[in-house]
Amino acid sequence: MKIALLGNPNTGKSSVFNMLTGLRQHVGNFPGVTVDKKTGRIEIEGKSHKLIDFPGTYSIYPRSKDEEVVYKSLCNPESENYPDAVVVVVDSSNLERNLLLFTQVYDLQLPTLMVLNMTDLAAKQNKTIDIAALQTLFPEATIVSSNARVKLGKQKVVEALASFRERKGHRFQQELNFAAIEDIAAQEQETKIRFEHIRQEMATIERISKKTVPASRGIDKILVHPIFGYLIFGVVLLIIFQFIYAFASVPMDLIDGAFANLSGWTSSILPAGLFTDLITEGIIPGIGGVLIFIPQIALLFFFIAILEETGYLSRVVFIMDRLMRPFGLNGKSVVPLLSSVACAIPGVMSARTISDWKERMITIMVAPLMSCSARIPVYTLLIALVIPSETYFGFMNLQGLVLFALYALGTLSALFIAILLKWIIKTKEKGFLLLEMPDYKFPRWQNVGITVWEKIKVFVWDAGKIIIAISIVLWGLATFGPSDRMETAAAEAHNEAMKQNLDEESTNRLVASVKLENSYIGIMGKTIEPVIAPLGYDWKIGISLITSFAAREVFVGSMATIYAVGDDSEESRPLIEKMRSETYTDGTPVFSLAAGVSLMVFYVFAMQCMATLAVVKRETKSWKWPLLQMGYMGILAYLGAWITFLILS
Amino acid sequence: MGQILSQIKNGESAVVRAILESSLKVKLMEMGLVEGKKLEILYRAPFGDPIAVDIDGYVLSLRRDEAQLIEVEVQNSTTP
Repeated sequence: MKIALLGNPNTGKSSVFNMLTGLRQHVGNFPGVTVDKKTGRIEIEGKSHKLIDFPGTYSIYPRSKDEEVVYKSLCNPESENYPDAVVVVVDSSNLERNLLLFTQVYDLQLPTLMVLNMTDLAAKQNKTIDIAALQTLFPEATIVSSNARVKLGKQKVVEALASFRERKGHRFQQELNFAAIEDIAAQEQETKIRFEHIRQEMATIERISKKTVPASRGIDKILVHPIFGYLIFGVVLLIIFQFIYAFASVPMDLIDGAFANLSGWTSSILPAGLFTDLITEGIIPGIGGVLIFIPQIALLFFFIAILEETGYLSRVVFIMDRLMRPFGLNGKSVVPLLSSVACAIPGVMSARTISDWKERMITIMVAPLMSCSARIPVYTLLIALVIPSETYFGFMNLQGLVLFALYALGTLSALFIAILLKWIIKTKEKGFLLLEMPDYKFPRWQNVGITVWEKIKVFVWDAGKIIIAISIVLWGLATFGPSDRMETAAAEAHNEAMKQNLDEESTNRLVASVKLENSYIGIMGKTIEPVIAPLGYDWKIGISLITSFAAREVFVGSMATIYAVGDDSEESRPLIEKMRSETYTDGTPVFSLAAGVSLMVFYVFAMQCMATLAVVKRETKSWKWPLLQMGYMGILAYLGAWITFLILS
Repeated sequence: MGQILSQIKNGESAVVRAILESSLKVKLMEMGLVEGKKLEILYRAPFGDPIAVDIDGYVLSLRRDEAQLIEVEVQNSTTP
């Protein structure tokens, strides 16, 4: 049996879904829209049934493209998602509004179960619901009450799912036919009629003994305060970022180390050859390159889920909305953009809460301009290389100032591009913000855990495939060269090393460097040299630009390979020395101030992250957006670096 | 006298008289803003926008632009 799960937003629908299905959830697609289709399995009396979680809506009629799935699935028996029965989750503390959707679904004549959820909240507001009266009103529906947040009523809901009542044609609204999807006037009329009818019935269904002022109102006075509101948000952010930087690096290093060991171990037990290389240098690092993001994704979504569960997130949206609007963004863009300072992947994924399509696209398009943590190794290397460690006014360190300027450049350009996109992207509808601000609640750890788990799963399965595929292509380009060019060069390097009496490690480094130079990537690096020469780069930098398309921090490792030095030391001292002494044939240094800063500017702008591209593809469900993004960021990087180089040299 | 929701001061109560014609009209109605519904303006975000409104015990925040679509009648704060 296929069971649809419907309900208004903020009714605890996902709590009900999680309560019923636990971890047996699967994320898929609804046809033609970007919303995810979450399905789960439930066991009822020994039989397995499919529960489909539909997006939260106030009505079966769509008010946005993504909401169309509700109407199209429920009103069309031909639809692959047409359910055999429907569960409508209803917020007991806000019954009147919630009954609009319920009466619509009830009148569809499908077997219907009403879950009167959030009974605790209704009790707090001194609202009592007369279930018997409700049952009289909807004689063919099954009605159960629950408090899914604390898993209260799970048994009752499961039992009710086993005994849907048969539909015999009873309707709430007798003389009303369902409107066509595009007939807005009829939908308006229907909404009016239904609400009038619902209001008449409310007197018999609901009793409010005494009006109370919820505690949330007092807390709000502080959290949306013009000074304390921002101050508190700043502190919350600070704590979150402290946690991420403190705790993400440990598992990331572990994953990094584990995969390096796995590569080493695998190559030691497998016979030497191309197949072994593919596994140890292509596939294993590729998988490692996917898994390395998990700690940051998990930590960010852990905090985002807590903020959302407690109800604080909607207050952040509330105080930030006005500030973000001039940039074509929305209060809901704040979390995705700030998350992107750690990593654009969870940033882009968290943009899903933005219901307005245009504002969501703008947020996704500019999020990777925020300087993420993967840029830090590149910035650190280049700053140490070309920026003198001078101190001004006793405390302003020049290197620190440059680092700050790079972050500022990223943020400002994100806002600037957002304004441009606001003018470029055309939509029929005007952006709006209609946001419920739920009462503050203690977070439910099951919901937090499931959110984190689901985000990791989506990233690993959907984006991971693309990342591994690109990793293998990059490995191929770095491993193969035309005819026997690489072998010849490697043999020469061996002879050279013998002549110079180099030890084994240095010999290996020299061979690796020569091999990379003569691989397809090396040839590509040399081919693009005329194009990147105006930016102040030589072909060695060109090679690293291409390899670091995989991820920005790869730049450091590639430079180390090309310059035949180890990059394992914390400070990359040998690499910096080698780069500093590198000169063009006329004796001028390659890494002049102009070239170094130009390269930093390039990394501020360039979309050097296949994982982010893969996630943008996943979230927008099309290749158009990631390709546009890569294109505009590439142009920005090239122009920015070029202008920087011109000014500084 | 009819007034527009965006003009109502914090702490005041009002009753919805009409929703002005716009692409958001049905959406606003579906969210419970129907004729005769009682509202209370709770607070505004810094810069006076968006506005948080209590509708039957749930809090809805809407931008000033959306609040301008809602025609209301102010009620005395001392409700019977």
